Amino acid sequence: MSVAILRQGDVLIASIQSDLSDTEVIELRQQLAELVGSYRLRGIVIDVGALDVIDSFVTRALRAIVLTARLRGAETIIVGIAPEVAIAMVQFRLNLDPLRVALDLDEALAMLDRRNQRGAEDGG
Amino acid sequence: MDEERRQSNSDARTREHTEDRASESPEARSREEADDRSAEPSGGDDELLQELVAYLRENRTKLREEWAQRISDAELLQVMSDEEIFSEATEVYDNYMDALETGSIENLQTYARELSERIIPRGVETDEVLGIVLLLRDALARSLFARYQEDLGLLNRILDSYEPAANRIAVTVGVSFVEERERVIHEQQEAIRELSTPVLQLRDRLLILPIIGVLDTSRARQLTEQLLGAIRDNRATVVVIDITGVATIDRTVANHLVQTVEASRLMGASTILTGLSPDIAQTLVDLGVDLSMMKTVADLQGGLEEAERLAGYRAAAASDTET
Repeated sequence: MSVAILRQGDVLIASIQSDLSDTEVIELRQQLAELVGSYRLRGIVIDVGALDVIDSFVTRALRAIVLTARLRGAETIIVGIAPEVAIAMVQFRLNLDPLRVALDLDEALAMLDRRNQRGAEDGG
Repeated sequence: MDEERRQSNSDARTREHTEDRASESPEARSREEADDRSAEPSGGDDELLQELVAYLRENRTKLREEWAQRISDAELLQVMSDEEIFSEATEVYDNYMDALETGSIENLQTYARELSERIIPRGVETDEVLGIVLLLRDALARSLFARYQEDLGLLNRILDSYEPAANRIAVTVGVSFVEERERVIHEQQEAIRELSTPVLQLRDRLLILPIIGVLDTSRARQLTEQLLGAIRDNRATVVVIDITGVATIDRTVANHLVQTVEASRLMGASTILTGLSPDIAQTLVDLGVDLSMMKTVADLQGGLEEAERLAGYRAAAASDTET
């Protein structure tokens, strides 16, 4: 499978290496949902930098991953969307509402840290 | 004086002509015989072309002068001095011969492009360039007429092979010139386009994009591309788009702005739109454009303050608890 999954503390980094088939997308979704529980993850970062196209299917899968992970207590951040891909996604009018995005991995980890601090204060 | 020169030219031509006739007569005669049999071998055209190129080469100096003279008579290329015209004419002539002889127009194309590069900035017009090439064609054709006038059959065949080649050369030179022009225009358009939407870095990871003038669809699209590229290159987290200098906006462009903001968000940057004039604000509301995604601030100053706050810059020490 062409997704590299690394764990760093309580954050999981899933780096997609090449365009995914629909089956692979579903597998990824399944796998992440399981890992959130087993590692007691706080955050997931999905790097889509290698994707030339993010179509409606992938977007829906990403949304599903985000919502699933959220239900299991982890925040998901998408990183590495290329400018052309961003334009295309917007023009296809894909529903991107629950997606949280960051420019790169650094940024995403910083976001998760900030959220964690805030979470500690708010109590949730 | 011109009269005299032409007179002497034509004298010289007649002399040469008779000499040539004398030396080539057996060959010419055999050609005529071939003509009588009316089965023209396909290699004949090439031979004819070679012969005529040789002839035109021999008379290079004279024909070139005649051509330069015709150019000044026609008042073409007035921005160039006579010496310049003559030296360019020499080169054009030689390239012309090469192209006639080999039938390959690549060298000529290169030369024509270089020539265009040199003369376009000096204000030489398309009609002048076409004019001089056609003059050369005519000057050479005249000399051919003069040489072969006594043998109409041969003249016809010479012209048959000369004319298509000459026309192709004229077209090549004209097209090269026009292409060069278009290239220059294209470059300038590109430069204007680049300049018209500058993406400026105000602070680390904070960009501003002032838009001035008319925002049409193509400019809006190009603006999006430039902005997203800049977000990636500068790792920007906040972008301020200022449209104080935009007079009107239509639905397409408004939607495009919304898409730009959304695409920036996908790149991890939040966008603040500033400087919406009362008119534009009303138009957007009337059009029913969904601006709920957009963070708007009245003026650029307010926008920058908001942006700095978002990017984590603070004017004074403040507690981190409120965010």
